[in-house]
Amino acid sequence: MEKIPILRMGDYLLVTIQVDMHDRLALALQDDLTKRISETGAKGVLIDISSLEIVDSFIGRMLGNIASMSRVLDAHTVVVGMQPAVAITLVELGMSLPGVRTALNVDAGMELLRNSVDGQEEFGYGSRFY
Amino acid sequence: MATVPNQTSNLGAIIAQHRDEILAGWLRDMIGTTRRSDLIKESELQTQCSQFLALLAQATAQSTDVQSAPFERLREMLSEISRTRTIQGFTARECATFIFSIKRPLFTAIRESLGKDSNAMADEMWRTSELVDGLGLFTTEAYLKTREETIKRQQEEMLELSTPVVKLWEGILALPLIGTLDSARTQVVMESLLEAIVQTNSKVAIIDITGVPTVDTVVAQHLLKTVTAARLMGADCIISGVRPQIAQTIVHLGINLLDVTTKATLADAFILSLKKTGFKFTRVQKTESKDGRTEE
Repeated sequence: MEKIPILRMGDYLLVTIQVDMHDRLALALQDDLTKRISETGAKGVLIDISSLEIVDSFIGRMLGNIASMSRVLDAHTVVVGMQPAVAITLVELGMSLPGVRTALNVDAGMELLRNSVDGQEEFGYGSRFY
Repeated sequence: MATVPNQTSNLGAIIAQHRDEILAGWLRDMIGTTRRSDLIKESELQTQCSQFLALLAQATAQSTDVQSAPFERLREMLSEISRTRTIQGFTARECATFIFSIKRPLFTAIRESLGKDSNAMADEMWRTSELVDGLGLFTTEAYLKTREETIKRQQEEMLELSTPVVKLWEGILALPLIGTLDSARTQVVMESLLEAIVQTNSKVAIIDITGVPTVDTVVAQHLLKTVTAARLMGADCIISGVRPQIAQTIVHLGINLLDVTTKATLADAFILSLKKTGFKFTRVQKTESKDGRTEE
């Protein structure tokens, strides 16, 4: 069965979705990712969906779920590189993914992650160091 | 149409026989009603009329159904006439009357040739009347079609004209909207904005609605959709150019724009976006240089 690789990069986890998502793959990703976050104690998750061209409401909801789950496991999630067509589709489906943070590309996404993790340490909101 | 072939051919024969009289009578009738000498030359009209008569005679020799194959050339000619007349500025009524005014000269001709046989005359007149009505309706339809094409073309042109995405600064885009937003336009606006965001790698997009006359729930919905889509891609959206009236309307309608950054003017939005992208502006004091010129 095909699998979406989860790369570890320092304190962050990198997920690059390069195949068309189907429901089982999405659920497997959700499983793997939550497992990896708790194993590695990652502070941030970056999901790159720049090659994702087709979405449906299930995938949209899955993105939202992953973000919420990571949040519970104390990791920030940033979704980067969404295609215009995908964004329009999600909006037309009525999914604005309110809990998900987004960035234009991996660069901007990493910056956002660093900022939010740094900010968390500074202010100590629910950080694991306290 | 249940007409006996040799009876239908009568009209063609009658037209051929009385061609000159019909033509003269037709032109005379048109002068009496709707000949627009300011829009069309007499010689041109005469050519059109005689061409029409010739085609009509040919077609009626085979059929009396306007939609049938023998009438194809006549239909082509009528569409062409309608098209040119629409452009010349004729009204729909004037276009249709061009055809309807042939009735009287045709009826006169029929009466002359079939006057003795009243049954045949009535039949022929009925057929002719139906035929001319059909042709008249066809002309009106062609006229309307031309008009609709014009309207559609202009709409498309407006759609393309009115959605420019402007790059204001490194990483800052502006989209000045002019005119009412409907679903089709929002789609174009959204697509061009999102494409531009990807191409220019912009973090902030300003949607300026100074040129949008009214904001109702539908327009607001479309705006929110665009903002959300931009956010999903990782760009911030600011709505600027909210006039006092529009602000009042939005509140009265109970539209929730709280999640969206709104600014009164494009300048305010621009300053905010510069701040967001990390730029800082200071005014340089003007100083007198040694040679007396003012420099910055």
